[in-house]
Amino acid sequence: MKILVPVKRVIDYNVKPRVKADGSGVDLANVKMSMNPFDEIAVEEAIRLKEKGPAEEIIAVSVGPAKATETLRTALAMGADRAILIETDETVEPLGVAKLLAKVVEAEAPQLVILGKQAIDDDSNQTGQMLAALLGWGQGTFASKVVVEGDSVDVTREVDGGLETVKLKLPAIVTTDLRLNEPRYASLPNIMKAKSKPLEQKTPEDYGVDIAPRLKTLKVVEPPVRQAGIKVADVDELVAKLKALGVA
Amino acid sequence: MDTESFDLLLDTLRRFVAERLRPLEAQVADTDAIPDSLIAEMREMGLFGLSIPEEFGGLGLSMVEEIEVAFVLGGTTPAMRSAFGTNVGIGSQAIVQDGNDAQKAAWLPRIASGEIITSFALTEPDVGSDSGAVKTRATKAKSDDGADGYRLSGSKRYITNADKADLFTVMARTGGEGASGVSAFLVPRDSAGLSVGAPEAKMGQQGAHVCDVNFDDVFVPAENRVGPEGEGFKVAMRVLDRGRLHISAVCVGVAERLIADAVAYATQRKQFGQPISDFQMIQAMIADSKAECMAAKALVRETARKKDAGARITLDCAAAKLIASEMVGRVADRAVQILGGAGYIADYGVERLYRDVRLFRIYEGTSEIQRLIIARETIKAGG
Ligand SMILES: Cc1cc2nc3c(=O)[nH]c(=O)nc-3n(C[C@H](O)[C@H](O)[C@H](O)COP(=O)(O)OP(=O)(O)OC[C@H]3O[C@@H](n4cnc5c(N)ncnc54)[C@H](O)[C@@H]3O)c2cc1C
Repeated sequence: MKILVPVKRVIDYNVKPRVKADGSGVDLANVKMSMNPFDEIAVEEAIRLKEKGPAEEIIAVSVGPAKATETLRTALAMGADRAILIETDETVEPLGVAKLLAKVVEAEAPQLVILGKQAIDDDSNQTGQMLAALLGWGQGTFASKVVVEGDSVDVTREVDGGLETVKLKLPAIVTTDLRLNEPRYASLPNIMKAKSKPLEQKTPEDYGVDIAPRLKTLKVVEPPVRQAGIKVADVDELVAKLKALGVA
Repeated sequence: MDTESFDLLLDTLRRFVAERLRPLEAQVADTDAIPDSLIAEMREMGLFGLSIPEEFGGLGLSMVEEIEVAFVLGGTTPAMRSAFGTNVGIGSQAIVQDGNDAQKAAWLPRIASGEIITSFALTEPDVGSDSGAVKTRATKAKSDDGADGYRLSGSKRYITNADKADLFTVMARTGGEGASGVSAFLVPRDSAGLSVGAPEAKMGQQGAHVCDVNFDDVFVPAENRVGPEGEGFKVAMRVLDRGRLHISAVCVGVAERLIADAVAYATQRKQFGQPISDFQMIQAMIADSKAECMAAKALVRETARKKDAGARITLDCAAAKLIASEMVGRVADRAVQILGGAGYIADYGVERLYRDVRLFRIYEGTSEIQRLIIARETIKAGG
């Protein structure tokens, strides 16, 4: 079985993002970029499925600028077998990415697509779901456990009330949550070997997908600075204040 | 290596240092041991094979690449690096640089994987800085079953990783007095008559151990000699040239860590109603540390570049070791000062690094010995 793992190049999770002066977006000039952490978990899960048996080949795919090859190399160094870069300098919205991925799925015929539940830059949490809808496949989102058995996959999902397990017929879509696994570090020898693994270069036009944005960003602002709290003299005053605020 | 792969390698190492090694520093110091699981992770990462050629399963880093890696590794306590440091440096390089094909094939793959640990045994109870005067004797002899070889007798002192080592590079006297009477041998740990003393209690770098190694009529087959008879001191000096450069890079790495720790503290800590980093006397300490560290880093990089180009670098390595090890000593001292009382308190980790870096001015040749080398080479060259 083939597994497709989409990976996104995003601002590193250790970096404190700064909004551009003109409010048009987040300033990414000279900022450290890395693989979206949820996508690392997706790559790790695919590698584990390969190590355990059910998977034979892992294909990493990224939609983004030329620099996204670095992200794909990371996936290859971790253990993916080959990679596809769909190169574009445009901002591609989740629907555009999902449409492109649907085309890749058509060409590669994977049995499983494992995606991060969301990317930490725009926090959309849409691509996996949209891809499932476009393909008409079952989806197991927010996975904390993935077990492939025969022609189905059991996905344990982290839902508000606790855990829910769904059985999906393959092919299927899985999106990863934080507790699914702890991704490995690419070993140094594997980083060196990654260079010789195949990396295919494509463009959105190759797939005939219109990636023009459907949404318009009006303004990006810094989150409001947290206001200082107030001190209350006693419990009575506390209760009175809470009542005044309408929370008690 | 191509830049993209090498950047990814450094990035991965930075993460490994920050996420896996640094959180365990205090534990390693308190227990004087590196957990086996962490050693296994280091093996998995490929750290034992940084400097071993690719054909023997290592990464085959150039010197220019190796020092960049060492800068990153300096971000954590030097004892962690020591776990694989001898395999990367003094424990393996006699074989890499001067070993024959059979010796390389026999040992390097297992050194690169970390399956075996190596040590370098030059220093003796009576022989330190004057290392050409080694007293351990290697006398031509036959083994019990008639094979050609040598019998070694004597003791080595302060041998890093001796308690864990499976293979020792031993400098022993085959000929007359002086450096030209010394030969180098590969001696497996399980040789009859070889014994290792208990680890010494030390000032710092807890988690890394040094012990005596004793040779009581230890038979070493002739094929385990590295290089010709009488060339052992030269073999050792070539190993140390390279080792000194690596250590210089580690000094720079630790200094960068100390500067970052000191700056983080100074910008948070407030006295007289302002961050102490606003005080010019604190700023002067930060500036001196930063500038000196940058200078040492530039010298280390330049020397590595020269080495990769095949130039003779004895003087350069001695200069780098002198400058970098003295620099990190001053940087550590200032870091303690910037942290004030906290600099003296164990929880903050700076006092630990202060003790750890003291060693860099002593081993692989003291600062005095580096000066002797620099002066000798400079006078020889006429300036
Ligand atoms: C933690 C640790 C790990 C070590 N690991 C190893 C190892 O793995 N393998 C190994 O072989 N050795 C190792 N050593 C030994 C180390 O290399 C020696 O301690 C060092 O070279 C100094 O030798 P010494 O201790 O005998 O000091 P000495 O040579 O007795 O020196 C004492 C003092 O005299 C000075 N001095 C000596 N000669 C001169 C001179 N001609 N001019 C001016 N000053 C001089 C020295 O600089 C020093 O200040 C280790 C030592 C330590 C502490």
